[in-house]
Amino acid sequence: MKKHYIPSRLFTLLVYIFLYAPIVLLIIFSFNATKSNRVWGGFSTQWYAELFHNARLLGALRTTIILSVLAAVIATLLGTAAAIGFYSMRRRSRSVFLAVNNIPLTNADIITGVSMMLLFVFAIGAFNSSFLSDLLGVRWKTGFGTLLIAHITFNAPYVILSVMPKLRQLDPNIYEAAQDLGASGFLAFRKVILPEIMPGVLNGLIIAFTMSIDDFVISYFTKGSGVTTLAVEIYTMVKKPVTPEINALSTLMFLVVFALLLTVNIRQARQETASARRKAKLNPGR
Amino acid sequence: MSKELIRLSDCFMKFDDDVILDHINLYINDKEFLTLLGPSGCGKTTTLRIIGGFQKPTSGDVYFDGVRINDVPPHKRKVNTVFQKYALFTHMNIFENVAFGLRVNKVPDPKDPKRMIKVPESEIKERVEEALALVNLAGYGKRSVNSLSGGQQQRVAIARAIVNRPQVLLLDEPLGALDLKLRKDMQIELKRIQQQVGITFIYVTHDQEEALTMSDTIVVMNEGKIQQIGTPEDIYNEPKNAFVADFIGESNIIDGIMHEDYVVGMYGRKFKCLDKGFAPNEPVDVVIRPEDIDIVPEAEGQLTGTVTEVTFKGIHYDIIVDFKGFKWLIQTTDYSPVGAKIGVKIDPDGFHIMKKSQYSGTFGDYSSYSSEYDELNEDRLEDEEVGDEE
Repeated sequence: MKKHYIPSRLFTLLVYIFLYAPIVLLIIFSFNATKSNRVWGGFSTQWYAELFHNARLLGALRTTIILSVLAAVIATLLGTAAAIGFYSMRRRSRSVFLAVNNIPLTNADIITGVSMMLLFVFAIGAFNSSFLSDLLGVRWKTGFGTLLIAHITFNAPYVILSVMPKLRQLDPNIYEAAQDLGASGFLAFRKVILPEIMPGVLNGLIIAFTMSIDDFVISYFTKGSGVTTLAVEIYTMVKKPVTPEINALSTLMFLVVFALLLTVNIRQARQETASARRKAKLNPGR
Repeated sequence: MSKELIRLSDCFMKFDDDVILDHINLYINDKEFLTLLGPSGCGKTTTLRIIGGFQKPTSGDVYFDGVRINDVPPHKRKVNTVFQKYALFTHMNIFENVAFGLRVNKVPDPKDPKRMIKVPESEIKERVEEALALVNLAGYGKRSVNSLSGGQQQRVAIARAIVNRPQVLLLDEPLGALDLKLRKDMQIELKRIQQQVGITFIYVTHDQEEALTMSDTIVVMNEGKIQQIGTPEDIYNEPKNAFVADFIGESNIIDGIMHEDYVVGMYGRKFKCLDKGFAPNEPVDVVIRPEDIDIVPEAEGQLTGTVTEVTFKGIHYDIIVDFKGFKWLIQTTDYSPVGAKIGVKIDPDGFHIMKKSQYSGTFGDYSSYSSEYDELNEDRLEDEEVGDEE
């Protein structure tokens, strides 16, 4: 065993270097005093300063934050409700619904993006040529609305996936126990079920939020012409000569997403040890 | 003891095409310790859930104190439940678990009885502590659910259920997850709590010994039907059919003929017994408990047979004796070696005569004595595996 120890260590190291070298490089050059991405010209935070004076970028940042928060919150509400619905189904239909839920997760973003664009074009066309549009005097077009719908749609399955295990861990009689003690159905849900699954709900919320911030492909196809998100804005900036502002921006985005994912992972690890401890208590000697 | 509190009237329950309860009629008295006893799938838990309000019978009525409660939801019933896996709220500490029932319920304002108010905090504190003291967990209020052992969690579940001062406590195999020693202690403890609080306990179990130890009344169920209702002594000494005789304790069940009152025939011989009231020459099932059989020298025996198996059990030996192809179990402190020819003597009160039933011939032969024990053990293992999976 000892023979393989050093090579395996080396291999792991290599994997991490390949994974993180680009990001480290990006962070380093975001503090570069010159415009070059090859030559180090001394430490400077000027690109960060310039970033916060770039109106287009700041506008995209605002859109992204509003969009991510709204999409994450709505997807969490929908996803939690859906997970509870799945949980109360019989085993057979539950597994069918969960399988369907998993398809969008494995589906390529580009396909989700293009198909959503097609759907929006179709729906908007249908709406605008209907009497409802004339009646209300409203013309619907792609923009923040379509973007939000798209983000909610691809976020919801992640929420479901994160709430489901918490529901499965529940004592099968816990809802009945609350009712038995005098709580009506809704009170039992609010006072017992919701707090018990809350860790899963919060994890789902954070995951959904990071997915939204991160997304480029689906946003690109569904945003229309009026609005832009941070990821899309970076893409358009890269097409022109690259300025190190992008390095600064990407560094900030990386740090936010990294911090959120770290929170999720730490929370999950804590919950696992807690539930393992509880299991050990319930089945002594096993 | 005498006042009737709950009545199930002709309760029938179907799930898909399976009949779960087959026209159950049952009444339960105030302050009674009643046990629903039977193998898994016999309908005992369903009966309990119907009383708790978690399931509705397909047809038939449930009465509480003379009022029909079929459509009363669980949170409005004056019964509380201790669930099999305790169903404690892990996001609350012990105090809050027990206080839950007091916090979600409103009581009439003492100053203005028309107004409903929350239970005052001082009263909650007092009653929670009283309940925790009753289950010997005084001072545990601040602890988390996860820091307690299985037995302690069980006690919290009981405290939580009685804090609302229900008229009836429903217990669904509450000791199933505990080990043997703890289970025996909790049996005595539960009986003490029931007498101290003075309310009706309806207890579900598949453990016949547990039922005999604790109950005032036992209801033996199988295949959705009530097989027999009676005191533990009645059920043990006067089983109604072969199923009850076999399920409660050990029984040799032999085909016989009731020649006339007080005379039963089996193996072509006549024996004196204490039973009467059967038609002349009616075919019957004869139950003889293994401990009611005396082994005597061959010449003195009412019947003679050959010992085929001897197992040492501590207090006694389990001896399997072959009587003309039908194997009996005899429990005795006297040792007889395998292969010995022995005689047996049974006093008239050792016979118990039952009418023929659908269960005749299915139980009571000990030909497969050792494998029967193996099966029991396997069942237990399977139960545990299922428990782990959840």
